[in-house]
Amino acid sequence: MSSRRSRSRQSAGSSRISDDQINDLVSKLQQLLPELRNRSSDKVSSARVLQETCNYIRNLHREVDDLSERLSVLLETTETSSAQAAIIRSLLM
Amino acid sequence: MDNQKLSTNPTSLKTRFALRFIRSLTRIKMANTPVSSMGTLRKRSQTIKLAADCSMASAVGSKRSWSRSALLKIRSRARLHAFAKEKVVTKKKKKCNRRDVGEVVIQQEVMGANELRQIVPGGESMEFLNLLKETAHYIKCLNTQVEVMQNIVDLYSPST
Repeated sequence: MSSRRSRSRQSAGSSRISDDQINDLVSKLQQLLPELRNRSSDKVSSARVLQETCNYIRNLHREVDDLSERLSVLLETTETSSAQAAIIRSLLM
Repeated sequence: MDNQKLSTNPTSLKTRFALRFIRSLTRIKMANTPVSSMGTLRKRSQTIKLAADCSMASAVGSKRSWSRSALLKIRSRARLHAFAKEKVVTKKKKKCNRRDVGEVVIQQEVMGANELRQIVPGGESMEFLNLLKETAHYIKCLNTQVEVMQNIVDLYSPST
């Protein structure tokens, strides 16, 4: 999938982006969003999906910020080795 | 083959991220002097967040546009940080959207992809369809990142 194809060859109709492809990808995105997952696709517009996607990603960023803060505090008060071993064990088993 | 919620795949994204992130956390813990004030606490939390984002982008590797872009940004920022005195501003102007692809641009603007482009790493120079695919992958990775970080917080937290 080259994203560097020469754009000088683009003329009307040969941009190869069809509505079907867009709708397909948009519905895949919709499945990832907890807000919109359960609604059927004919009721949710693509613009809405994109908007919700932005909101969702921002929420995730905020969660990461929040978790980082908590880790920052927790890191202070724990022994590295035992906690680390416990984490690795629980994540890998 | 029981797939409860634990993955036994040693090379899964979750595992690759977790290992890198834990290594970073260990480094951060050992490098810092005890945190004494709100300022250092906040600074450390920023360091942790950066470590998390970097660990995830690195776990994904160069397979994805967004991860390549994120790694590039992190590394160039690290370089800037190292040469803090000199103002080295590297303006990498990649091929932005050429406005002669009229059809594509109209679709993008109608669909409001502009906001998304600013949120997804490297989104500014992606073609629209690619942007949608990258976004989906980015969301999955963010979910994994949050999940693992939450697990770690739970494990580090004193059990009551």
